[in-house]
Amino acid sequence: MIEARGLEKRYGDKVAVHDLSFTVRPGTVTGFLGPNGAGKSTTMRMILGLDRPTRGEVLVNGRRYRDAAAPMHEVGVMLEARAVHTGRSAAKHLLALAQTHGISRRRVNEVIEMVGLTDVARKRAGGFSLGMGQRLGIASALLGDPATLILDEPVNGLDPEGIRWIRSLLRDLAAEGRTVFLSSHLMSEMAQTATNLVVVGRGRLIAETTVEEVIASASPAAIHVRTPQSAALRDVLAGPGVTVTSTAADTLDVTGRTSAQIGEAARAAGLALYELTPKQVSLEDAFMDLTRDAVEYGTTSPNITSSSSTDNEKTLALAGIVGSEARA
Amino acid sequence: MSTQMARMIGTTTTVTGPATATAGRSASGPRPAGHGHRPAMRVTQLRVLRSEWTKLTSLRSTVWTLAAALGVTVVLGFILSRVTANDWPNYGAEEMRTFDATATSLSGMYLAQLAIGVLGVLVISGEYATGMIRASLGVVPRRLPVLWAKVAVFAAASFGLMVVANLIAFTVGQAQLSSRHIDVALSDPGVLRSVLGTAFFVTGIGVLGLALGALLRNTPAAIATLFGVLLVLPQIVGALPPRLARIGDHLPSASGDALMQVVRSPSVPSPTHGLLVLLAYLVVTLAAAAVLLVRRDA
Repeated sequence: MIEARGLEKRYGDKVAVHDLSFTVRPGTVTGFLGPNGAGKSTTMRMILGLDRPTRGEVLVNGRRYRDAAAPMHEVGVMLEARAVHTGRSAAKHLLALAQTHGISRRRVNEVIEMVGLTDVARKRAGGFSLGMGQRLGIASALLGDPATLILDEPVNGLDPEGIRWIRSLLRDLAAEGRTVFLSSHLMSEMAQTATNLVVVGRGRLIAETTVEEVIASASPAAIHVRTPQSAALRDVLAGPGVTVTSTAADTLDVTGRTSAQIGEAARAAGLALYELTPKQVSLEDAFMDLTRDAVEYGTTSPNITSSSSTDNEKTLALAGIVGSEARA
Repeated sequence: MSTQMARMIGTTTTVTGPATATAGRSASGPRPAGHGHRPAMRVTQLRVLRSEWTKLTSLRSTVWTLAAALGVTVVLGFILSRVTANDWPNYGAEEMRTFDATATSLSGMYLAQLAIGVLGVLVISGEYATGMIRASLGVVPRRLPVLWAKVAVFAAASFGLMVVANLIAFTVGQAQLSSRHIDVALSDPGVLRSVLGTAFFVTGIGVLGLALGALLRNTPAAIATLFGVLLVLPQIVGALPPRLARIGDHLPSASGDALMQVVRSPSVPSPTHGLLVLLAYLVVTLAAAAVLLVRRDA
């Protein structure tokens, strides 16, 4: 359980985080979504007491993190920047962290094995690849068998295999009843791992929601149909609440009917179907729908205003969530 | 099923309280991995000390620097004593009267203090340079136990090493001087105090480096400051008019001469003075480092 109440962080004149309140509920995987520079890392550092909030407070399991008797057991942490001395071996690094809490060597070896670093555990961490560094970070987060995990951009810079490994690990951890709070600047990544979402842009809360809600709120998905008798099928399907559009002579996009209904209707009318494909709702599209009303400061950046068509897109472009795929 | 079994154990073995509790926890805990640590898992100063000892001894640079400090202390002690013994016939009466056999054999500390000082800086600035400090303070969010543990572990290691280094340098050095019968024994008045005092001084410079590293959080800046205080400041103070020259007695570098001397010289303050000056520097810089460590963002 993480509760942020009116968090604010200023560096001189610059406001990194402004009046940020959110709750990460126990036993959920909550995504912390926002572009680079949105204040995600700063917020995570404030949760861990590494940065002192200018205003507001954040509680972990009902108290400030620094007041915990066994911080590693409350929260396991992996911050984006590598927090490892490059001259020390992975095993000694983990041992040094473990010893602060009286955690045994057996547990150190256990987490080394769990993240698959056994072969390189005696090598200097400075020579580790990005993926190995991430694994070491995860290992240190797991050392204290924490109830809550805070992971800053855990898939950043990983190869596909590493990404798959982290995703399945996160699922396992959540299945064990742990709270997972992880940040990302990609909505698509969040959809793979998270159930809940805290969305920030420019240090402000944009939305506190669930991935399910985002998808549910989106316009219903169309079903792509390909048939040589498209005109006939269009007539058969016509009815209240049904929309049929066409992009080519032999294709239809149907909303308001399920695939099964379309298939049955076609069979009854004796029409041939070559293709019957439910179109995936783009998560970015769904997300835009959800935050259509959340536009507060879309006009503050003229550069972005000129390149976007709707207010909503402005917000998201500003937040850097939509269209950030290419950059990543 | 395991829950049921645990309950059964709990109800049947009513006498063995602890066993019941253990069974109950293992059955109800959703997380199997490492659950047994829970009762004992918490941060204590002693545990942070152990952690810092692991950190100190698991870096090659530490081992090499400590070895270098020991090496230069012994080698320079040997060379200076040997050269002195060879040159002894050329000494004047006044030079012979003020000759300090102990200090001569311990003079390697002038170089050792730089090695230990740099190591002291690195003990904490190395964590800032690599980002390790966020892990260290992240698991010990009260922070001060980390600083005290670093100081204690590093001071113990460098003092232990320097006592050994000084004893070897002293023994080797006196052996050279004995050819001219100008050697002294460890049991002679003030000699043991000099051997231990010099080790304490070098350790103190290391801790001063650690405090500077914690204050400046930057390796080059902290090393430059430390070397400036040790090497440059005495030169500047030496250029002051004679009336103000005693300011030099209050520099950390003067403490080294004060603690090392056995044959008293009017230009060097007393060992007690040297000890107090060094302690004053350490108290002030460590207090400042502690306050800033707690107040600043990591």
